[in-house]
Amino acid sequence: MDITVNILLTIATAATPLLIAAIGELVVERSGVLNLGVEGMMIMGAVGGFGAGYLTGSPWIGLLAAIAMGAVFSLLFAVMTLSLATNQVATGLSLTLLGLGLSGMMGTNFVGQPGERLPNLDIPGLTAIPVVGRLLFGQDPIFYISIALTAAVMWFLFKTRTGLTLRSIGDSHASAHALGIHVIRYRYLSVIFGGACAGLAGGHLSLVYTPQWVENMTAGRGWIALALVVFASWRPWRVLAGAYIFGAVWIGQLHAQAFGIPVPSQLLSSLPYLATVVVLVLISRNKRLTMMNTPASLGQPFVPDR
Amino acid sequence: MSADQDGANLLEVRGLTKIFGTLTACDHVDLNIAKGEIHALLGENGAGKSTLVKMLFGSLEPNSGEIFWNGQAVRITSPGTAKKLGIGMVFQHFSLFEALTAAENIALSLDDGSPISTIAAKARALSYSYGLPLDPLSLVGDLSVGERQRIEIIRCLLQTPQLIILDEPTSVLTPQEADKLFETLERLRSEGKSILYISHRLEEVKRICDRATVLRHGKVVGHCNPRQETASSLARMMVGNEVQAVVRAPAEGIETAPVLLQIRELTRKPATPFSIPLRNINLEVRAGEVIGIAGVAGNGQGEFFESVSGEVLQQDAGSVRIRGKGAGGLTITGRRLMGAAFVPEERLGHGAAPRMKLSENLLLSRHATDGKMFVGAGGMVKGDAIYTAAQRIIKAMDVRKSAPDPEAAALSGGNLQKFIVGRELDRRPSVMVVNQPTWGVDAGAAAHIRQALIELARSGSAVLVISQDLDELFEISDAITVMHNGELSKPLPIAEATFEKIGLLMGGAEPGHAEHTLETA
Repeated sequence: MDITVNILLTIATAATPLLIAAIGELVVERSGVLNLGVEGMMIMGAVGGFGAGYLTGSPWIGLLAAIAMGAVFSLLFAVMTLSLATNQVATGLSLTLLGLGLSGMMGTNFVGQPGERLPNLDIPGLTAIPVVGRLLFGQDPIFYISIALTAAVMWFLFKTRTGLTLRSIGDSHASAHALGIHVIRYRYLSVIFGGACAGLAGGHLSLVYTPQWVENMTAGRGWIALALVVFASWRPWRVLAGAYIFGAVWIGQLHAQAFGIPVPSQLLSSLPYLATVVVLVLISRNKRLTMMNTPASLGQPFVPDR
Repeated sequence: MSADQDGANLLEVRGLTKIFGTLTACDHVDLNIAKGEIHALLGENGAGKSTLVKMLFGSLEPNSGEIFWNGQAVRITSPGTAKKLGIGMVFQHFSLFEALTAAENIALSLDDGSPISTIAAKARALSYSYGLPLDPLSLVGDLSVGERQRIEIIRCLLQTPQLIILDEPTSVLTPQEADKLFETLERLRSEGKSILYISHRLEEVKRICDRATVLRHGKVVGHCNPRQETASSLARMMVGNEVQAVVRAPAEGIETAPVLLQIRELTRKPATPFSIPLRNINLEVRAGEVIGIAGVAGNGQGEFFESVSGEVLQQDAGSVRIRGKGAGGLTITGRRLMGAAFVPEERLGHGAAPRMKLSENLLLSRHATDGKMFVGAGGMVKGDAIYTAAQRIIKAMDVRKSAPDPEAAALSGGNLQKFIVGRELDRRPSVMVVNQPTWGVDAGAAAHIRQALIELARSGSAVLVISQDLDELFEISDAITVMHNGELSKPLPIAEATFEKIGLLMGGAEPGHAEHTLETA
């Protein structure tokens, strides 16, 4: 029983950073902007979070620093693509490359240092309940943030007027502009929100998952988050499902490898990717629904004529 | 009725100027709109009408000039400002979101925070009271162009504007839908609202407008009362000189002429959830005749053109036959080699590569069919031969340009269209299929293109023209057929065709049913 709980907890820990980064990117893409710099913003959040936690001794300050780092870094992307109308794909890719290099340089002195870890939730009486206690009331704070964030984004996008406006910009920025909606302002805020989420996801890695600094410690998670958004056809609950399927198969194959199952380890390592793609493709078979949810102006630069 | 009598100008524009680079789109434009009048803004494509109304609606900022609203000087800096003043706009393009419902589309332009369900109820009530029934919960992507325009109008009316700007509202409507729109406009006028009506269709301007302002090359060339003018005097003001009338020589012996283009049981599944399937289309075009396909945009014309031109291949080779041979499995090049030529709807990006020279664009479409002429040994391009051919086309079609061999994007829409049509005519194709031959082309160029198409047919080719412009089809066709919801009606010989009959077919009436309705009406 205890083993099951432990496995479930590790699955949640593996899924949380993917979920947060993907939810942030989902909002960005719903506004019609394709930011391929998730990996770069994430690693900047990781190094910023670790550094601030290590220097101040407070993981909470580290958490805030991670968020701020991601947001500030995304601002660079926003200025380039939104104000200067550069190509979003090229700018996003260079943001990732810049983030990987810059974080390596900033983190030189942090390598091998013991980091601060965010404490798990501990509510007297509740956390001690067998099985469900630790699952529901004993996880790290970022796990709860990730779930609340998903619910909040769902509510925001589909239940509020501002969310409707955001989606309309993603559908057609020319129409939105003609109606008097501030396309660029909405997109700035979306990109910064996405950056803050990516930063938070990076902070989860260096403050919860493995509380230390290792160069390139995001290990491609930003790219997985990007892929999740597309395969989840820009719907928050599907991103949640995708992140947890990925986390579950990831942890499962690690255990399988540890047990020495006679399957090539390369094949096992590829399973999470395969399983996530298959499941998300199956649930997004409805072409019409996918069309409705795909932001039609995704990746197109917008220059209002004045 | 006239503004000069009671002096109550709702909107007054003085010396409004807008400059894009070297082009002066609007040059010191003056315009007065009185309360409770329908004011027409007339002009050719590119005369500056759209630029002017974009400045009035705040989407563009003027370089100089003044705008007075109810006598007060105002600056309209954004569409939001315009809406607050009481200016509403029904756009020609680009203002609805296909992936959202009608109610959501309406909600986006209203500033109050009322829930979607309230807005849907209000929109439904208003739409029925104006006789423009609308289901607020339907997805815009599923609606016809006429229904989409209803959303635009309802959305505009919900903001209770004093001035409503309509940009080319009837260009996408059937004649019957247009009648409905005119009724709505007259009712709005009787409620004291002012309407700025932009159009290049002179008959409807004469019918509903109280006054008109005519623009040419960005300048106001006259104010008039359209009811006292004739269509040709208005046209002369718009164009600046007489437009050459298109002459259609009677077609003789068509019944016995060979069928050069035959479409047989052409069926196509919808490519995307929002596109139209083609349902069992049959059509024959004989040597010497022009057949016109009418229809409201988005009823499968684009899908039909792709299937006939070979951009999309058919399973059944016999579903498209060119000069008696099955071509359904052939690509565009294969069909061109059989003697066919195609002109797509979009000029830039589809009909021509925008950043390439005219001579290069010529080579792109004809390197396969005129290989020996343009491409020499070892695949070397014969630059001189192509240049000479391009100049021949430019001369034949009277293409006006700024350089000897400019980039396609540097030409105005009308001139580029003349070049693209001329490029295909130059081959003397035996089958010619054209989609929207004169869309967005000024009257002079349009007449030239139409005349060239008729002459091609009379010289023994089969010509198929898809167009939304009914006037154009009546001018050039020997028979007209209507595409509605992916189905094609039986061709109606031009002698029997009337606007009413074609209009009913465009609205989806059964071919036999159309005549019956007319008799009872």
